[in-house]
Amino acid sequence: MSGPSTYEPKTAIERWLDVRLPIVRFGADLMDFPTPKNLNYWWTFGGILAFCLVTQIVTGIVLAMHFDPSGAGAFLSVQHIQRDVNYGWLIQGIHANGASMFFVAVYIHMLRGMYYGSAKAPREVLWLIGALIYLTMMATAFMGYVLPWGQMSFWGAKVITNIFGAIPVIGPPLTQILWGGFTVDSPTLNRFFSLHYLLPFVIAALVALHIWALHVPGNSNPTGVNVKSKSDTVPFHPYYTVKDSFAISVFLIMFAAFVFFMPEALGHVDNYTPANPIVTPPHIVPEWYFLPYYAMLRAVPDKLGGVLVMGLAILSIFALPWLDRSKTRSMRYRPQAKIYFAIFVLSILVLGFAGAKEVDDPVIPGLVSGFNTWVWPSRIFGAYFLAYFWIILPWILPMTETPLPVPESISTPVLAHPAAAPAGAAAAPEKKG
Amino acid sequence: MAESVAGASPDTHEAPDPSRRDFINIAAIALAAGGVAAVAWPLVDQMNPSADTLALSSIEYDVSKVPLGQEVTLLWRKQPLFVRHRTPAEIQAAVSAEHDPSAVFKDPQPDEARVKPGKAEWLIIVGVCTHLGCTPAFGGGPFGGYLCHCHGSVYDTSGRIRSGPAPKNLAVPDYTFLTDTHIKVG
Amino acid sequence: MLRKLTALAIAAGLLAAAPALAETTQAPLKPVAWSFDGPFGHYDQEQLQRGFKVYREVCSQCHSLKLIAFHDLGEPGGPFWDPKYKTANDNAYVKAIAAQFKVPDIDTDTGDPIQRQATTADAMPPPYPNDIAAKATLGGAPPDMSLLAKAREGGPTYIYSLITADIPAGSKGSVTAYAPTPPGLVIPAGKYYNPYLAGDLSASMTPGWKGPIPVGGIIAMPPPLADGKVTFDDGKASTIDQEAQDVAAFLQWASDPKMEERKQMGLGVMIYLLLFSGVLYLSYRHIWRNVDHH
Repeated sequence: MSGPSTYEPKTAIERWLDVRLPIVRFGADLMDFPTPKNLNYWWTFGGILAFCLVTQIVTGIVLAMHFDPSGAGAFLSVQHIQRDVNYGWLIQGIHANGASMFFVAVYIHMLRGMYYGSAKAPREVLWLIGALIYLTMMATAFMGYVLPWGQMSFWGAKVITNIFGAIPVIGPPLTQILWGGFTVDSPTLNRFFSLHYLLPFVIAALVALHIWALHVPGNSNPTGVNVKSKSDTVPFHPYYTVKDSFAISVFLIMFAAFVFFMPEALGHVDNYTPANPIVTPPHIVPEWYFLPYYAMLRAVPDKLGGVLVMGLAILSIFALPWLDRSKTRSMRYRPQAKIYFAIFVLSILVLGFAGAKEVDDPVIPGLVSGFNTWVWPSRIFGAYFLAYFWIILPWILPMTETPLPVPESISTPVLAHPAAAPAGAAAAPEKKG
Repeated sequence: MAESVAGASPDTHEAPDPSRRDFINIAAIALAAGGVAAVAWPLVDQMNPSADTLALSSIEYDVSKVPLGQEVTLLWRKQPLFVRHRTPAEIQAAVSAEHDPSAVFKDPQPDEARVKPGKAEWLIIVGVCTHLGCTPAFGGGPFGGYLCHCHGSVYDTSGRIRSGPAPKNLAVPDYTFLTDTHIKVG
Repeated sequence: MLRKLTALAIAAGLLAAAPALAETTQAPLKPVAWSFDGPFGHYDQEQLQRGFKVYREVCSQCHSLKLIAFHDLGEPGGPFWDPKYKTANDNAYVKAIAAQFKVPDIDTDTGDPIQRQATTADAMPPPYPNDIAAKATLGGAPPDMSLLAKAREGGPTYIYSLITADIPAGSKGSVTAYAPTPPGLVIPAGKYYNPYLAGDLSASMTPGWKGPIPVGGIIAMPPPLADGKVTFDDGKASTIDQEAQDVAAFLQWASDPKMEERKQMGLGVMIYLLLFSGVLYLSYRHIWRNVDHH
């Protein structure tokens, strides 16, 4: 897909530079990159994610000009930003809500990849780099949430870092090195600040690799059929620059709704109480984007078992290219897979909902029963989550599914879309029998 | 059915180049530029002094606390502020120097421009040497004004630079007399 | 590997040390229509002034407000903002209020600790120098109120409900209880039952109690307000209800002084984004007009 460069330097300066450091050529090639012309709006989330990363880095660097990463000063410095720094409330509101927006976009982006088969050959490394970006995002977000040093910040840090202590032999010394003391305290906060500043640049580097890995085979597309000729594609600029810009603008409407009208809606009230090592808040909950994992963890009665289930869930993401082996890339043409996928998405939503509940909370209010607690939906849908990766995709679907015929090419007329043709009917006239 | 060949790619024979700057594209770019500018301003303005710093940007003082011939150093915007209660002799020395042909003024300025009318006994100046920022000492130097120990700048009883490397007179801040004895600086 | 462990830990782990989560109950909060509700909400300056008076005369005996500096009272959106003053530091009301307070400082000549008159740059001085002193005198440390409206579910509605509770209207003189003591409840000495405080009273019943457990919790703060406790300068009737609403609104302002600026900017941003999205959409359709991309 990444063919020869078509850039022609026009002026003498351009030619001079092109011989020494072909950066204009690099940019021009990115702009001209032949992109499938049939990409739908699910494909705009890559651009949205890049926008989110830049937003977080810019607002973060500015916040770091005012933030005090010491145990004594952190909470007050955040209030100083909110109250005294010019537009501090705005920059902090963008940064805090921006993290949530970042995760909304990344989950949609990942689900798109799963549905349309973007993780399959030859894009496995692209998918793996993406999974690494996701993990780094989670680490960054976790450490970022500790920085305001509220009750949730402190207690979340305390409990999570205590987990490391459970690792046999190396656990306790590892935890102590992480803490920089005998418990979570000012040294921990200070080093989390340093790492929180560092990791986004690691993410940026991974994003560069991610785009490079994408540009080798080129973008996939909703049909899952490879690009066959130039007429299947359009240059990235202006076609997808304008489409991505439009998508980002609409995304910003949602972002702005949070920042300006409900800036604390996605947070937790307990984080407005300064960290107190003696008083544990009654309900400790992670940020919403970690809730599905939290639910899966609590679904297993055994502590170590819960951690292993969590690990398996993360591993599943990395293993996806080798678990979904269907020759048909896109689930648009896999009606059975679509159903399983829909239930998979439902599972994530139910798990997220369950993660916010107390373990004893009844599902159906008023019904007295041992099964009427949120731990049961967590178990059922958590089991489905794992089964989707390890049983349904690699075993069940290959045995039971008959995919629909896939269009000959991207440019083949609309007949190829299964909504227009009943399953098994002849597709485009050019299709061989 | 849609024609798959014609229109599948930007056909330069039949339709104009899609990146031609049509009005709608120009409008989009203009709005984007406006948005970028609107976003850039808070990112820059946040580096300006914050509200708590500005709250400390002005101070008030009761000058009647300063005995005649002496000086009080206040902290104003985290810098020294000299409040000097000048004797008539000191005022006289400052004014008559302006008529002395042998007096050299690197930064000429009449004494009356450096005090408030009717309040010439009060000299209120920023105690930061205009050379490289040291705090000049009260009363030093041949004019009885100030002497900066760092590089030898000499100021007179009006705080004007008379010799040494400093280029400008000691700065007079914005101040007003709220009452006969109560000043507000900044 | 560390990344994986971190990722596990991130969503996991809280279970490991989470305490046994008790079931807390709370009476449903009272419905209040605040002037600052909704996307076009704003603070009612007179209400903020009354609320500040209630804070000053009643609450500040025990509760600090350390994040509010005197100049904040005169900033736009604040109780004493007046556009005729260039900055809050010039605001005559704010300066007068500050001058009534004393703050600790060091004598510039001797170095001894002194109490000097506050300026607009100072924060409101706390009633006790620290939590330990407060606890020693009061038996418990009353929380600082600067962020109270953000640090509690329900914010100002919760504060209002908690303070007015089930105190009957027209309670002149001192009020001794928030609500009638429910049957079977044992209230420790020096504490009070409040149905609007989220709590678990199952351990506070008389031994062997088999009847219903009341909703609410036990609070160490005596009912702080009474009818006529604070005289309002604008002549508004100072009922408990009014005083509570006003102080709750003031505390909402204290925790979110930028709310008005934020909502106003939000309106502008939304209009811009809708316009921008529309123009971009048209630009998109225009650029793509010759491409068949079903």
